[in-house]
Amino acid sequence: MKNTLEIRWHGRGGQGAKTAALLLADAAFKTGSYVQGFPEYGPERMGAPITAYNRISTEPIRVHSDIYYPDCVAVVDETLLHSVRVTDGLKENGVLLVNTRKSAEEIRPLLGGWKGKVVVIDARKISEETLGKNFPNTPMLAAVTAVTGVMTRDAFFDSMKDSFQHKFARKPEVIEGNMKALEMAYDTVAGPARRMAAGE
Amino acid sequence: MSEKAIKERMSGNEAVAYAIRQVEPDVMPAFPITPSTEIPQMVSTYIANGQMDTDFIPVESEHSAMSAAIGSEAAGARTMTATSSAGLALMWEELLLAASNRLPIVLTLVNRTLSGPININCDHSDGMGARDTGWIQIYAEDNQEAYDNYIQAFPIAEDSRVHLPVMVCMDGFITSHAVMNISLLEDAAVKKFAGEYHPEEFMLDAEHPVSVGPYAISHYEMEAKRAQEAAMERAKEVILEVGKRYGEMSGRSYGLFEKYRTEDAEFIMLIMGSAAGTAKQAVDELRESGVKAGVLKLRVFRPFPEKEIAEAVKNCRALAIMDRCESYNGNSGPLGSEVTAGLYRNRVFIHAVNYIYGLGGRDFTTEDVKQVFEELKETADGRLAEQQHKYIGLRE
Repeated sequence: MKNTLEIRWHGRGGQGAKTAALLLADAAFKTGSYVQGFPEYGPERMGAPITAYNRISTEPIRVHSDIYYPDCVAVVDETLLHSVRVTDGLKENGVLLVNTRKSAEEIRPLLGGWKGKVVVIDARKISEETLGKNFPNTPMLAAVTAVTGVMTRDAFFDSMKDSFQHKFARKPEVIEGNMKALEMAYDTVAGPARRMAAGE
Repeated sequence: MSEKAIKERMSGNEAVAYAIRQVEPDVMPAFPITPSTEIPQMVSTYIANGQMDTDFIPVESEHSAMSAAIGSEAAGARTMTATSSAGLALMWEELLLAASNRLPIVLTLVNRTLSGPININCDHSDGMGARDTGWIQIYAEDNQEAYDNYIQAFPIAEDSRVHLPVMVCMDGFITSHAVMNISLLEDAAVKKFAGEYHPEEFMLDAEHPVSVGPYAISHYEMEAKRAQEAAMERAKEVILEVGKRYGEMSGRSYGLFEKYRTEDAEFIMLIMGSAAGTAKQAVDELRESGVKAGVLKLRVFRPFPEKEIAEAVKNCRALAIMDRCESYNGNSGPLGSEVTAGLYRNRVFIHAVNYIYGLGGRDFTTEDVKQVFEELKETADGRLAEQQHKYIGLRE
């Protein structure tokens, strides 16, 4: 499909990859896009590998299949690199985003020869610093938005603030930490992403 | 004049729960089962928050859910429920009672395969298993259609020419759990469209008491069943009237099926549910490379629009009939049997190939659609031996 950005999320049950995909769909909807956010359901249980998807388009979306040739793959749990072929079908000019403390160079040997762009982010560290717990999906959501450029920074933060105000209406004290997690993650990867866009 | 549209994004389950809140039926008995569980869950939340005034009856099984629905509808209350897969199978005995007692209950069926092997994902084997229970069945392509079909279900079911229960179907997970854009209507517009339920006869009308579900001796049974079949035949015109009236209100009209680029099509794919959207996308891509392909998306499976389908496809060279369900009859799925019988009875003699696809949530892609069209062309050109019952997307 033309004018459509396709994203595939890999995570483990309980890490919030599905929630991240739904929140991204939400944010993109608010900036006027046509969206899809959906999980692929297997025998769901805590810790099992799960996949979620996003399509974001300037046109109405009619395709209802999974995504096989994504523009971006987000890996919420780096241990999946040993068991799931996360780069399957990832476009050559696409981006692989991995939650890890390691560098892109250290990750690359695990990618089965995939040559495209790799962006790393320590989502765990950001989450622990801002939220006091490991909720990697929140920083990953910001990182995906930054590397894909699917919406502007301001539009994304306005939308997320609004979403968090609804989602955490009964515990508003966590909103600030979540916003901080998004900001740290976004700004950590926005630099490398811009350099990539410039072909460096 | 069209009503004001509210732009939103929602999953199919959220959209139906939203429509239920807007229609605000009197009673909802339900028992949870994946992937329809969210519907009673969300409706319960609406009720708990004081956003709607429906009596929710938590029951101990789907058999009880449909039994309670029958009792409540017979008493004169507008009643709905929701289920999937084995839940619908457990209702089976009661489904027949709802239809034969001419009770206009509305059931949201979130399509999921029937065991075994046990699996929670989509195919149409639950709905198809209930195809001869006397319920009207309407299938949705996406969350928008699930919402729109739900609102139309009550005026169809309760029309005095019909008086039959309606099953509003959407694909489990693919539609029920995918968040997409949707255009909603204002509460008042939905309430006005669905109208108030004023049954002509009901058990609790003390002035004109009736009995529901009596024994019929052989002298009456056959006439009752013939009357039920006649109501199903009349439902077609009511569905069309309601679909047109819905279009005048919302800007989205509905028929028995949707014809997508079929007018000059040499090859047509007949398909139901979410896969129709994928098929339309593939058809647009095929058209760009000069293949005259089209899609006939079947919306209303009961009553079955046999003549209308035959008329719509009679000029194509080859037709693919797509079944998301196996019949185990040795030669075709349910749509395969009924569509080909219709072609014969209407003297339309074209190549017709019945494909089984997407069982238990097997993904159905634009590449699959293109392969089907390629095979149709080869069949029509005589390069591929005609085979009338095939599988697509099967791992060999």
